[in-house]
Amino acid sequence: MGQTTAEKLISSHAGQNVYAGELAIVDIDGVMATDATGPFAVRSFREMGGEKLWDANGVSLILDHATPAPNERISNLHQMLRDFTKEMGNHFYDVGEGICHQLMVENEHVKPGHIFLGADSHTTTYGALNAFAAGVGATDLAAVMLTGKTWFKVPETIRLELVGQLPKGITAKDLILHLVGKVGIAGATYMAIEYTGEAIKDFTLASRMVLANMAAEMGAKTGLVDPDGLELWYDWEATLPDADAEYAITHTIDVSQLKPQIALPNLPSNVEDIDVALGTKVQQAFIGSCTNARLEDLHLAAKVLEGKKVHSDVRLMVYPASRKIYNDALADGTIATLSAAGATIFNAGCGPCVGTLGGVPADGDVIISSTNRNFKGRMGNPNASIYLGSPAVVAASALTGEITNPADVLDSDTWEMR
Amino acid sequence: MPQGKAHVYGDNIDTDRIIPGKYTKTLDTSQLVAHVLEDLDPEFRSKVQSGDILVAGENFGTGSSREQAPVAIKAAGIDVIVARSFARIFYRNAINIGMPVVEVADHNIESGQEVAVDLEAGTVTNLATGDVFKATKMPQVMIDILEEGGLVNYLKKHGTYQV
Repeated sequence: MGQTTAEKLISSHAGQNVYAGELAIVDIDGVMATDATGPFAVRSFREMGGEKLWDANGVSLILDHATPAPNERISNLHQMLRDFTKEMGNHFYDVGEGICHQLMVENEHVKPGHIFLGADSHTTTYGALNAFAAGVGATDLAAVMLTGKTWFKVPETIRLELVGQLPKGITAKDLILHLVGKVGIAGATYMAIEYTGEAIKDFTLASRMVLANMAAEMGAKTGLVDPDGLELWYDWEATLPDADAEYAITHTIDVSQLKPQIALPNLPSNVEDIDVALGTKVQQAFIGSCTNARLEDLHLAAKVLEGKKVHSDVRLMVYPASRKIYNDALADGTIATLSAAGATIFNAGCGPCVGTLGGVPADGDVIISSTNRNFKGRMGNPNASIYLGSPAVVAASALTGEITNPADVLDSDTWEMR
Repeated sequence: MPQGKAHVYGDNIDTDRIIPGKYTKTLDTSQLVAHVLEDLDPEFRSKVQSGDILVAGENFGTGSSREQAPVAIKAAGIDVIVARSFARIFYRNAINIGMPVVEVADHNIESGQEVAVDLEAGTVTNLATGDVFKATKMPQVMIDILEEGGLVNYLKKHGTYQV
């Protein structure tokens, strides 16, 4: 009987062939936790009697959700993770190194064929690497830190076949928002997603990570991007689904007429063509998060803003996804372009997306954001409204002071990215 | 058998409304309880009593992996959460901290009604109307974890997973 990608990856880690619906105990290749979840994981690990990690090389702790620490309470939680690292010898990324998901990929902690768990819901991001990656809570993670194993119910798979070519100027973010709108906020709960089709074959790694990242916004356990066309800087082998694999649902979606997409408050699946929101005044614009703060995103924003000024009623904030990206953007002039246009550039990290620090909106503020969630109160104030869009939409809206189609401020023929 | 007064909410209650991200950076449970459900129902904290039951619609707990969400609800005094469906990480987190979560495809429970949950039989009874609702069966490993009071105790006892 044929297997989906998820069934194959779980089988190879369970020591036997398993299929959707079955329970399996699997060996885990690596785990990570952040300053938001790591302290709980460490506490649970200790409570389980943990004295040493199952594999110090398989564990990473990252400070990214509240960095640099805004108060002594959080600073002490950071210190707790530093002290734990000193004792256990795990990998550690301190303040300013970047967002957990970007760091796991950049530093090769997660690779194709792996099963990787993170105490963060957007761990699905590594599906871009043809790895089975899922978010879990802190105690589930602690159990892996201790035993190297977890249990799974093998998920059914939804296959999303993306046919046609994206129009010029339409990005991976527009595509994934469209898919989240179609599948729904809980449409893939407990399931794996396979993204495939000609539309994504030429996608960069960064754009593939955008697709896999927001599998979480459909409730999925994992989001696997077809590795056809994936280019990495090291040797790897692809895990492909069998031709006779069984899928719970297959959606075929023609992307050739897609417009810029936008998620209206307060649910990431409230997705519409940008037309319905055009002209909505914004007070804050945010380019950041594990979804869209990579070099290609910063390049796109710089292209929109080059030689221009952010609207006087708008605060534009930029949080690069990692120090490497920050340094690359410094070296190629992108940071200078953004700053000259009036953007405020912060250290690599992800605090504002989740309301922990940096750019908390005022009552009544409207925010256009390149992040993944627009729940009420998400950015720290329940009386603000968050719209989600691509970095191009965020930059264009920052320029005009209202939600704007990037095509109205930039000739899309000059765009090179997806 | 848990029995208590129901607090009923709707669909897609996300983890930010259960406990806003800005309050989650603490190991102090009392600080979590102080803000539980505050952007959903500011009255919840003053209404809730130990042994009450939280009842919701579809996709309860959607969003973040924060275990602080079920921890805060449990610490507020809620004994069991009943919903039409749960987001997967929240569901697993709740079991892992020893908080029973019961999925019933449909129910007619309204706020203030008395509800009884029979975890072994897998039923939810609306004591105000007498209606009985059948719960979705949970994988055995989750029942075992719940019976031990959570994953910490389960692993202390078994050393590793047994499926």
